[in-house]
Amino acid sequence: MAGERPRVAIVGAGPAGAFAAASILRARGDADIDLFERLPTPWGLLRGGVAPDHQEIKRLEDTFDRQTLRRGCRFLGNVEVGTDVSHAELMEHYDAVVYATGAQTDKSLGIPGEDLPGSWAATSFVGWYNGHPDYRDLEFDLSAERAVVIGNGNVAADVIRILTLGPDELAQTDIADHALEALRASNVREVVVLGRRGPAQAAFTSAELRELGRLDGVALHVDPADAELDAVSREWLAADGTFTARKNVELLQAFAAREPDTGAARRIDLRFLCSPVEIRGEGRVEGVDVRRNAIVREEDGTLRARPVGDEVETIACGLVLRSVGYRAVPLPDVPFEERRYVLPNEAGRVLTPDGRPLPGVYTVGWIKRGPTGILGTNKRDADETVAALVEDLAAGTLAGARAPREAIDALLAERRPDLVSGDGWRAIAGQELERGRAEGRPRVKLASRAELLDAANAVRS
Amino acid sequence: MTYVIVGSCIKDDSCIEVCPVDCIHPKPGAPDFETAEQLYIDPGVCIDCDACVEACPVDAIFPDFELPEKYDYALELNGEFFAELGTAERTAA
Repeated sequence: MAGERPRVAIVGAGPAGAFAAASILRARGDADIDLFERLPTPWGLLRGGVAPDHQEIKRLEDTFDRQTLRRGCRFLGNVEVGTDVSHAELMEHYDAVVYATGAQTDKSLGIPGEDLPGSWAATSFVGWYNGHPDYRDLEFDLSAERAVVIGNGNVAADVIRILTLGPDELAQTDIADHALEALRASNVREVVVLGRRGPAQAAFTSAELRELGRLDGVALHVDPADAELDAVSREWLAADGTFTARKNVELLQAFAAREPDTGAARRIDLRFLCSPVEIRGEGRVEGVDVRRNAIVREEDGTLRARPVGDEVETIACGLVLRSVGYRAVPLPDVPFEERRYVLPNEAGRVLTPDGRPLPGVYTVGWIKRGPTGILGTNKRDADETVAALVEDLAAGTLAGARAPREAIDALLAERRPDLVSGDGWRAIAGQELERGRAEGRPRVKLASRAELLDAANAVRS
Repeated sequence: MTYVIVGSCIKDDSCIEVCPVDCIHPKPGAPDFETAEQLYIDPGVCIDCDACVEACPVDAIFPDFELPEKYDYALELNGEFFAELGTAERTAA
């Protein structure tokens, strides 16, 4: 391997994988990087997660493109590692493999009725409105006037806005056409948001919370009794509260003091200190049973929500979106830490079950650290992993790729004749942007695998 | 004037790297860095050089006189972030 260009495979072309590729190229400009992606399109949650009305954040894709694909990193889309090509095969063809597969599934609530038709993981709704090909055929029943969102973090804020923004406003974004059409016919007039803990512990960022209070034609309701802090939370906020938590409380108290806006077309009802105990309905969702909580301080000083009283309130609704967090899934033939749902690792070096580094195997992003942080968090996370990788390359401790460089191309051509290259992706993006220009929108997404592959194929033939 | 960071900040620290007067906080490693939802510019220290504007990958930094209406709160918010712990204390550590 000495004197040769290092060969690195990154598995997953989301933000963590993109930041890792950029970081490797900064540290080792001579590296040959292949960016594997299960979908025909790169940039993961930047394309499929970030809400369509937050276009400014999607500009990050220009930076990703400039720092990775434009610098020689290859995009290998529509290839699933673990299915089309195995971990062992990657280890034969590359000096290092970096897993950046994210957290692909949802945490569950563990309450009866969670799986009733009409009860969905919020992330399925997100994938659907963002044109993720795996979710395009889902059908959300928007015929009832009330929807319930469980959880009050950033994904919750996104789905609340998409359910309450007017269709004309959504039509100016790159929301998937099938979702726009369904939302135009939506009967949803009220979204009730359930937070297990109190206003001081809301998971929203203050920017997202502020935004919910400023939507055109949408009334935001907070019960003044809910906005009042209990003694435990008041003490916690004063002593340990973050800047965001203090801002959130200020905002929620200001919302609670607002005159009711009875003329608004839609309404958001933010509730606190209540947990769903059952999702009910005959054959489909008809309501959610909730019980009150109080904040208590544990012996170790942490605050928890504990149920109080036996009173159960039923909130009638036709749609439930559960947004209580993401969870990673194990990858074939790679160690997995079952309790924390991450790849066991030390500063990005994946570890064997007995705690030793698995030579040449690295990890970055949510599958490394768990589903925390925001987009930019992945930059520093990637720098940490890449520092380890570059150190190992320099030390010569890696076994190194055994197969010649061209061999992976032959293997992929055989396994995935419909692989989407960087040029294929540019053809997809070109078509989407062109359609967008014609409609005065940032882009119009191709939202099925067939359409995406057709667009990509246009350059191959 | 001063530059102002708005809520679409992704906490990619490109701006911190280019700021010549170290007025963008919290910095990686600071106790409140991980919990911060965005970065903030200290209006009392900013020298209006616009290096951060160029560096920001999501265009989340504006001059105070050109803040879009939806971010009209942001000037005050950036200032308020430094009310308890200013740039001087933050960079002295």
